[in-house]
Amino acid sequence: MTDAAVWDALAEIPDPEIPVISLVDLGVVKAVEVEGDRVRIEFTPTFMGCPALEVMRERMEEAVTALGGEPRIDVLLDDSWSTDKITPEGREKLREAGFAPPAPRGAAPPALLQLQQAVHRCPYCGSTETRLDNIFGPTPCRSVRYCTSCRQPFEQFKTI
Amino acid sequence: MSERARLELLLDLADDELILGWRNSEWTGIAPFLEEDVAFSSIAQNEIGHARALYELAARELGSGDADTIAFDRRPEEYRSAPLVQLRLVPDWAKTIARHVLYETADAIRIERLKAHEDPELAGIAAKIEREEVYHRLHAEMWLERLRDEPRYADAVEELWPYALGVLDPELRPALAERVGRPEVEALERTAPGEEFAALWDEMTMVRRSAPVGAQW
Repeated sequence: MTDAAVWDALAEIPDPEIPVISLVDLGVVKAVEVEGDRVRIEFTPTFMGCPALEVMRERMEEAVTALGGEPRIDVLLDDSWSTDKITPEGREKLREAGFAPPAPRGAAPPALLQLQQAVHRCPYCGSTETRLDNIFGPTPCRSVRYCTSCRQPFEQFKTI
Repeated sequence: MSERARLELLLDLADDELILGWRNSEWTGIAPFLEEDVAFSSIAQNEIGHARALYELAARELGSGDADTIAFDRRPEEYRSAPLVQLRLVPDWAKTIARHVLYETADAIRIERLKAHEDPELAGIAAKIEREEVYHRLHAEMWLERLRDEPRYADAVEELWPYALGVLDPELRPALAERVGRPEVEALERTAPGEEFAALWDEMTMVRRSAPVGAQW
Protein backbone atom coordinates (compact mmCIF):
# COMPACT_ATOMS: atom_id res chain seq x y z
CA MET A 1 0.00 0.00 0.00
CA THR A 2 1.23 3.49 -0.80
CA ASP A 3 0.50 6.92 0.67
CA ALA A 4 -0.94 7.91 -2.71
CA ALA A 5 -3.44 5.02 -2.68
CA VAL A 6 -4.67 6.12 0.75
CA TRP A 7 -4.97 9.77 -0.32
CA ASP A 8 -6.91 8.67 -3.42
CA ALA A 9 -9.30 6.62 -1.27
CA LEU A 10 -9.81 9.54 1.15
CA ALA A 11 -10.51 11.85 -1.79
CA GLU A 12 -13.52 9.64 -2.60
CA ILE A 13 -15.16 10.19 0.80
CA PRO A 14 -17.81 12.91 0.67
CA ASP A 15 -18.28 15.38 3.51
CA PRO A 16 -21.32 14.00 5.39
CA GLU A 17 -23.07 17.38 5.54
CA ILE A 18 -21.94 18.97 2.29
CA PRO A 19 -21.48 15.89 0.07
CA VAL A 20 -20.35 17.90 -2.97
CA ILE A 21 -16.87 18.13 -1.49
CA SER A 22 -14.58 15.36 -0.25
CA LEU A 23 -12.64 15.16 3.00
CA VAL A 24 -9.47 15.95 1.06
CA ASP A 25 -11.14 19.02 -0.53
CA LEU A 26 -12.15 20.10 2.96
CA GLY A 27 -8.52 19.92 4.08
CA VAL A 28 -9.16 17.88 7.23
CA VAL A 29 -6.57 15.20 6.43
CA LYS A 30 -3.32 16.65 7.68
CA ALA A 31 -1.05 13.67 7.10
CA VAL A 32 -1.02 10.05 5.99
CA GLU A 33 1.71 7.62 7.07
CA VAL A 34 1.89 4.08 5.73
CA GLU A 35 4.09 1.45 7.33
CA GLY A 36 3.43 -1.99 5.89
CA ASP A 37 -0.28 -2.61 6.55
CA ARG A 38 -0.52 0.04 9.21
CA VAL A 39 -2.00 3.36 8.14
CA ARG A 40 -1.97 6.36 10.43
CA ILE A 41 -4.09 9.37 9.50
CA GLU A 42 -3.86 12.74 11.20
CA PHE A 43 -7.32 14.23 11.18
CA THR A 44 -8.07 17.85 12.12
CA PRO A 45 -11.69 18.52 13.08
CA THR A 46 -13.43 21.53 11.53
CA PHE A 47 -15.95 22.92 14.04
CA MET A 48 -15.59 21.16 17.37
CA GLY A 49 -19.29 20.51 17.87
CA CYS A 50 -19.83 19.24 14.34
CA PRO A 51 -21.76 15.94 14.45
CA ALA A 52 -20.22 14.96 11.11
CA LEU A 53 -16.80 14.42 12.73
CA GLU A 54 -17.61 10.91 14.00
CA VAL A 55 -19.01 9.94 10.61
CA MET A 56 -15.86 11.24 8.85
CA ARG A 57 -13.71 9.18 11.17
CA GLU A 58 -15.67 6.00 10.55
CA ARG A 59 -15.63 6.50 6.77
CA MET A 60 -11.85 6.95 6.82
CA GLU A 61 -11.44 3.76 8.84
CA GLU A 62 -13.67 1.88 6.39
CA ALA A 63 -11.71 3.22 3.41
CA VAL A 64 -8.38 2.07 4.85
CA THR A 65 -9.82 -1.32 5.80
CA ALA A 66 -11.16 -1.74 2.23
CA LEU A 67 -7.60 -1.22 0.96
CA GLY A 68 -6.45 -4.03 3.26
CA GLY A 69 -4.85 -1.71 5.80
CA GLU A 70 -5.09 -1.35 9.55
CA PRO A 71 -6.30 2.20 10.27
CA ARG A 72 -5.39 4.46 13.14
CA ILE A 73 -7.01 7.89 13.13
CA ASP A 74 -5.31 10.48 15.34
CA VAL A 75 -7.60 13.42 16.04
CA LEU A 76 -5.60 16.63 16.46
CA LEU A 77 -7.23 19.01 18.91
CA ASP A 78 -5.09 21.98 17.94
CA ASP A 79 -5.86 24.87 15.62
CA SER A 80 -4.10 23.52 12.53
CA TRP A 81 -7.35 23.50 10.52
CA SER A 82 -8.83 26.73 9.26
CA THR A 83 -11.14 27.45 6.35
CA ASP A 84 -8.00 28.43 4.40
CA LYS A 85 -7.25 24.68 4.23
CA ILE A 86 -10.19 24.11 1.87
CA THR A 87 -8.61 23.44 -1.54
CA PRO A 88 -9.29 25.67 -4.58
CA GLU A 89 -11.21 22.73 -6.14
CA GLY A 90 -13.23 22.43 -2.93
CA ARG A 91 -14.09 26.13 -3.00
CA GLU A 92 -15.28 25.88 -6.59
CA LYS A 93 -17.43 22.83 -5.80
CA LEU A 94 -18.99 24.70 -2.87
CA ARG A 95 -19.85 27.65 -5.08
CA GLU A 96 -21.41 25.41 -7.73
CA ALA A 97 -23.58 23.79 -5.06
CA GLY A 98 -24.89 27.18 -3.88
CA PHE A 99 -22.62 27.74 -0.86
CA ALA A 100 -20.54 30.88 -0.92
CA PRO A 101 -17.00 29.73 -0.03
CA PRO A 102 -15.31 31.27 3.02
CA ALA A 103 -13.43 34.54 2.64
CA PRO A 104 -9.67 34.11 3.17
CA ARG A 105 -8.53 34.65 6.74
CA GLY A 106 -7.18 38.10 7.44
CA ALA A 107 -4.40 38.99 9.85
CA ALA A 108 -7.01 39.99 12.44
CA PRO A 109 -10.15 38.04 13.37
CA PRO A 110 -13.32 39.10 11.54
CA ALA A 111 -15.14 42.13 12.95
CA LEU A 112 -18.88 42.78 12.95
CA LEU A 113 -18.64 45.70 10.58
CA GLN A 114 -16.58 43.63 8.18
CA LEU A 115 -19.12 40.79 8.23
CA GLN A 116 -21.91 43.26 7.53
CA GLN A 117 -20.15 45.37 4.92
CA ALA A 118 -17.49 43.28 3.18
CA VAL A 119 -18.19 42.22 -0.38
CA HIS A 120 -19.59 38.71 -0.54
CA ARG A 121 -20.62 37.36 -3.90
CA CYS A 122 -23.94 35.58 -4.41
CA PRO A 123 -23.20 31.98 -5.54
CA TYR A 124 -26.32 31.99 -7.74
CA CYS A 125 -26.12 35.20 -9.77
CA GLY A 126 -22.62 36.49 -8.97
CA SER A 127 -23.88 39.86 -7.69
CA THR A 128 -22.03 41.52 -4.84
CA GLU A 129 -25.25 43.22 -3.67
CA THR A 130 -25.67 40.92 -0.69
CA ARG A 131 -26.24 41.48 3.00
CA LEU A 132 -25.76 39.53 6.21
CA ASP A 133 -29.04 38.08 7.50
CA ASN A 134 -27.72 36.00 10.38
CA ILE A 135 -24.22 35.24 11.66
CA PHE A 136 -25.49 31.73 12.42
CA GLY A 137 -27.08 29.33 9.99
CA PRO A 138 -28.31 25.75 9.61
CA THR A 139 -24.99 24.33 10.86
CA PRO A 140 -22.23 25.97 12.93
CA CYS A 141 -20.02 26.39 9.85
CA ARG A 142 -22.45 28.63 7.93
CA SER A 143 -23.91 32.12 8.02
CA VAL A 144 -27.02 33.19 6.15
CA ARG A 145 -26.84 36.04 3.62
CA TYR A 146 -29.40 37.53 1.25
CA CYS A 147 -28.81 38.61 -2.33
CA THR A 148 -30.77 41.76 -3.13
CA SER A 149 -30.15 41.30 -6.89
CA CYS A 150 -31.69 37.86 -7.40
CA ARG A 151 -33.64 37.97 -4.11
CA GLN A 152 -32.28 34.66 -2.97
CA PRO A 153 -31.06 33.81 0.52
CA PHE A 154 -27.84 31.80 0.45
CA GLU A 155 -25.43 30.14 2.84
CA GLN A 156 -21.95 31.48 3.37
CA PHE A 157 -19.21 29.30 4.81
CA LYS A 158 -17.86 31.12 7.88
CA THR A 159 -14.20 32.04 7.93
CA ILE A 160 -12.48 30.45 10.92
CA MET B 1 1.89 23.09 36.29
CA SER B 2 0.79 20.19 38.49
CA GLU B 3 -1.45 17.48 37.06
CA ARG B 4 -4.14 18.44 39.55
CA ALA B 5 -4.06 22.11 38.54
CA ARG B 6 -4.18 21.19 34.85
CA LEU B 7 -7.17 18.94 35.40
CA GLU B 8 -9.00 21.62 37.38
CA LEU B 9 -8.31 24.20 34.70
CA LEU B 10 -9.72 21.87 32.02
CA LEU B 11 -12.80 21.04 34.08
CA ASP B 12 -13.57 24.67 35.05
CA LEU B 13 -13.61 25.63 31.40
CA ALA B 14 -15.35 22.48 30.14
CA ASP B 15 -18.08 22.59 32.79
CA ASP B 16 -18.77 26.26 32.04
CA GLU B 17 -19.10 25.52 28.33
CA LEU B 18 -21.26 22.42 28.83
CA ILE B 19 -23.68 24.09 31.24
CA LEU B 20 -23.89 27.35 29.29
CA GLY B 21 -24.45 25.28 26.14
CA TRP B 22 -27.28 23.54 27.91
CA ARG B 23 -28.81 26.83 29.08
CA ASN B 24 -28.47 28.40 25.62
CA SER B 25 -30.21 25.43 24.05
CA GLU B 26 -33.25 26.17 26.21
CA TRP B 27 -34.02 28.97 23.74
CA THR B 28 -34.31 26.53 20.83
CA GLY B 29 -37.80 26.97 19.41
CA ILE B 30 -38.88 29.79 21.74
CA ALA B 31 -36.48 32.69 21.07
CA PRO B 32 -38.07 36.07 20.22
CA PHE B 33 -37.50 35.40 16.52
CA LEU B 34 -36.31 32.66 14.23
CA GLU B 35 -32.80 34.06 13.70
CA GLU B 36 -32.20 33.88 17.44
CA ASP B 37 -33.50 30.30 17.65
CA VAL B 38 -30.83 29.46 15.12
CA ALA B 39 -28.12 31.60 16.76
CA PHE B 40 -28.55 30.32 20.31
CA SER B 41 -28.86 26.73 19.11
CA SER B 42 -25.66 27.09 17.09
CA ILE B 43 -23.80 28.73 19.96
CA ALA B 44 -24.99 25.93 22.24
CA GLN B 45 -23.69 23.35 19.77
CA ASN B 46 -20.29 25.07 19.65
CA GLU B 47 -20.01 25.37 23.44
CA ILE B 48 -20.89 21.71 23.96
CA GLY B 49 -18.36 20.81 21.25
CA HIS B 50 -15.68 22.73 23.16
CA ALA B 51 -16.69 20.95 26.36
CA ARG B 52 -16.39 17.58 24.64
CA ALA B 53 -12.85 18.27 23.40
CA LEU B 54 -11.77 19.56 26.82
CA TYR B 55 -13.30 16.53 28.56
CA GLU B 56 -11.40 14.26 26.18
CA LEU B 57 -8.15 15.88 27.28
CA ALA B 58 -9.26 15.58 30.90
CA ALA B 59 -10.10 11.88 30.41
CA ARG B 60 -6.61 11.33 29.02
CA GLU B 61 -5.21 13.07 32.08
CA LEU B 62 -7.28 10.87 34.39
CA GLY B 63 -6.31 7.77 32.44
CA SER B 64 -9.87 6.46 32.38
CA GLY B 65 -13.28 7.13 30.86
CA ASP B 66 -14.14 9.46 28.01
CA ALA B 67 -15.88 12.78 27.40
CA ASP B 68 -19.31 11.31 28.14
CA THR B 69 -18.34 9.73 31.45
CA ILE B 70 -16.96 13.05 32.70
CA ALA B 71 -19.87 15.07 31.30
CA PHE B 72 -22.67 12.87 32.59
CA ASP B 73 -21.51 10.38 35.23
CA ARG B 74 -20.48 12.80 37.97
CA ARG B 75 -22.64 13.67 40.95
CA PRO B 76 -24.11 17.21 40.84
CA GLU B 77 -21.75 18.41 43.60
CA GLU B 78 -18.70 17.41 41.54
CA TYR B 79 -19.33 19.93 38.76
CA ARG B 80 -17.13 23.02 38.81
CA SER B 81 -19.17 25.39 36.62
CA ALA B 82 -19.43 29.05 37.58
CA PRO B 83 -22.75 30.25 39.08
CA LEU B 84 -23.23 32.56 36.05
CA VAL B 85 -23.76 29.70 33.62
CA GLN B 86 -26.01 27.75 35.96
CA LEU B 87 -28.78 30.36 36.08
CA ARG B 88 -31.94 29.42 34.23
CA LEU B 89 -32.85 32.66 32.45
CA VAL B 90 -35.58 31.59 30.03
CA PRO B 91 -37.83 33.51 29.24
CA ASP B 92 -35.94 36.71 30.22
CA TRP B 93 -34.28 37.97 27.04
CA ALA B 94 -32.57 41.01 28.64
CA LYS B 95 -30.84 38.82 31.23
CA THR B 96 -29.97 36.23 28.60
CA ILE B 97 -28.22 38.86 26.49
CA ALA B 98 -26.53 40.36 29.56
CA ARG B 99 -25.14 36.93 30.46
CA HIS B 100 -24.12 36.33 26.85
CA VAL B 101 -22.19 39.63 26.67
CA LEU B 102 -20.58 39.19 30.11
CA TYR B 103 -19.68 35.54 29.61
CA GLU B 104 -18.17 36.04 26.17
CA THR B 105 -16.12 39.00 27.42
CA ALA B 106 -14.82 36.99 30.37
CA ASP B 107 -14.24 33.90 28.24
CA ALA B 108 -12.18 35.91 25.74
CA ILE B 109 -9.84 36.97 28.55
CA ARG B 110 -9.23 33.44 29.79
CA ILE B 111 -8.90 31.98 26.28
CA GLU B 112 -6.32 34.65 25.40
CA ARG B 113 -4.32 33.65 28.43
CA LEU B 114 -4.63 29.95 27.71
CA LYS B 115 -3.44 30.49 24.12
CA ALA B 116 -0.14 31.68 25.57
CA HIS B 117 0.16 28.68 27.93
CA GLU B 118 3.51 26.88 28.07
CA ASP B 119 1.71 23.54 27.64
CA PRO B 120 1.31 23.22 23.84
CA GLU B 121 -1.75 20.99 24.14
CA LEU B 122 -3.64 23.59 26.20
CA ALA B 123 -2.46 26.44 23.97
CA GLY B 124 -3.51 24.50 20.86
CA ILE B 125 -7.02 23.69 22.03
CA ALA B 126 -7.50 27.28 23.23
CA ALA B 127 -6.54 28.60 19.79
CA LYS B 128 -9.00 26.21 18.15
CA ILE B 129 -11.81 27.23 20.53
CA GLU B 130 -11.03 30.90 19.91
CA ARG B 131 -11.70 30.54 16.17
CA GLU B 132 -15.35 29.78 16.96
CA GLU B 133 -15.72 32.11 19.94
CA VAL B 134 -15.04 35.10 17.69
CA TYR B 135 -18.51 34.62 16.20
CA HIS B 136 -20.15 34.38 19.62
CA ARG B 137 -18.59 37.72 20.53
CA LEU B 138 -19.75 39.33 17.27
CA HIS B 139 -23.27 38.13 17.99
CA ALA B 140 -23.08 39.45 21.57
CA GLU B 141 -21.70 42.76 20.31
CA MET B 142 -24.60 43.12 17.88
CA TRP B 143 -27.09 42.67 20.72
CA LEU B 144 -25.17 44.96 23.03
CA GLU B 145 -25.47 47.72 20.44
CA ARG B 146 -29.23 47.20 20.29
CA LEU B 147 -29.89 46.96 24.03
CA ARG B 148 -27.25 49.04 25.78
CA ASP B 149 -29.60 51.98 26.48
CA GLU B 150 -32.51 49.84 27.67
CA PRO B 151 -33.09 50.07 31.45
CA ARG B 152 -33.99 46.37 31.66
CA TYR B 153 -30.66 45.49 30.10
CA ALA B 154 -28.73 47.77 32.48
CA ASP B 155 -30.54 46.19 35.47
CA ALA B 156 -29.66 42.72 34.21
CA VAL B 157 -25.96 43.60 33.89
CA GLU B 158 -26.02 45.09 37.39
CA GLU B 159 -27.52 41.91 38.79
CA LEU B 160 -25.22 39.51 36.93
CA TRP B 161 -21.97 41.43 37.42
CA PRO B 162 -20.82 39.55 40.60
CA TYR B 163 -21.58 36.30 38.78
CA ALA B 164 -19.54 37.36 35.75
CA LEU B 165 -16.48 38.08 37.89
CA GLY B 166 -16.75 34.58 39.33
CA VAL B 167 -16.10 33.04 35.90
CA LEU B 168 -12.46 34.16 36.08
CA ASP B 169 -9.57 33.47 38.41
CA PRO B 170 -9.03 36.45 40.75
CA GLU B 171 -5.95 37.72 38.87
CA LEU B 172 -7.95 38.06 35.63
CA ARG B 173 -10.87 39.96 37.17
CA PRO B 174 -9.37 43.47 36.86
CA ALA B 175 -9.12 42.91 33.09
CA LEU B 176 -12.83 42.06 32.94
CA ALA B 177 -13.76 45.09 35.05
CA GLU B 178 -11.79 47.26 32.65
CA ARG B 179 -13.36 45.81 29.50
CA VAL B 180 -16.89 45.99 30.88
CA GLY B 181 -16.30 49.41 32.45
CA ARG B 182 -17.54 48.52 35.93
CA PRO B 183 -15.83 48.52 39.32
CA GLU B 184 -14.74 45.18 40.75
CA VAL B 185 -17.10 43.91 43.45
CA GLU B 186 -17.17 40.73 45.48
CA ALA B 187 -17.47 37.83 43.04
CA LEU B 188 -19.77 34.83 43.24
CA GLU B 189 -17.24 32.02 43.42
CA ARG B 190 -17.41 28.47 42.10
CA THR B 191 -18.91 26.68 45.07
CA ALA B 192 -21.10 23.62 45.41
CA PRO B 193 -23.93 23.94 42.89
CA GLY B 194 -27.37 24.90 44.18
CA GLU B 195 -30.92 23.71 43.61
CA GLU B 196 -31.24 25.29 40.18
CA PHE B 197 -28.29 23.19 39.07
CA ALA B 198 -29.74 20.02 40.57
CA ALA B 199 -32.78 20.33 38.28
CA LEU B 200 -30.56 20.89 35.26
CA TRP B 201 -28.36 17.92 36.19
CA ASP B 202 -31.41 15.72 36.57
CA GLU B 203 -32.63 16.60 33.09
CA MET B 204 -29.17 16.57 31.47
CA THR B 205 -28.16 13.12 32.73
CA MET B 206 -31.56 11.45 32.48
CA VAL B 207 -30.93 9.55 29.24
CA ARG B 208 -27.49 8.46 30.37
CA ARG B 209 -28.77 7.22 33.73
CA SER B 210 -31.68 5.33 32.21
CA ALA B 211 -29.60 3.52 29.58
CA PRO B 212 -27.85 0.26 30.45
CA VAL B 213 -24.09 0.56 30.87
CA GLY B 214 -22.31 0.11 27.54
CA ALA B 215 -25.42 0.89 25.45
CA GLN B 216 -24.55 1.90 21.89
CA TRP B 217 -26.46 4.60 20.04
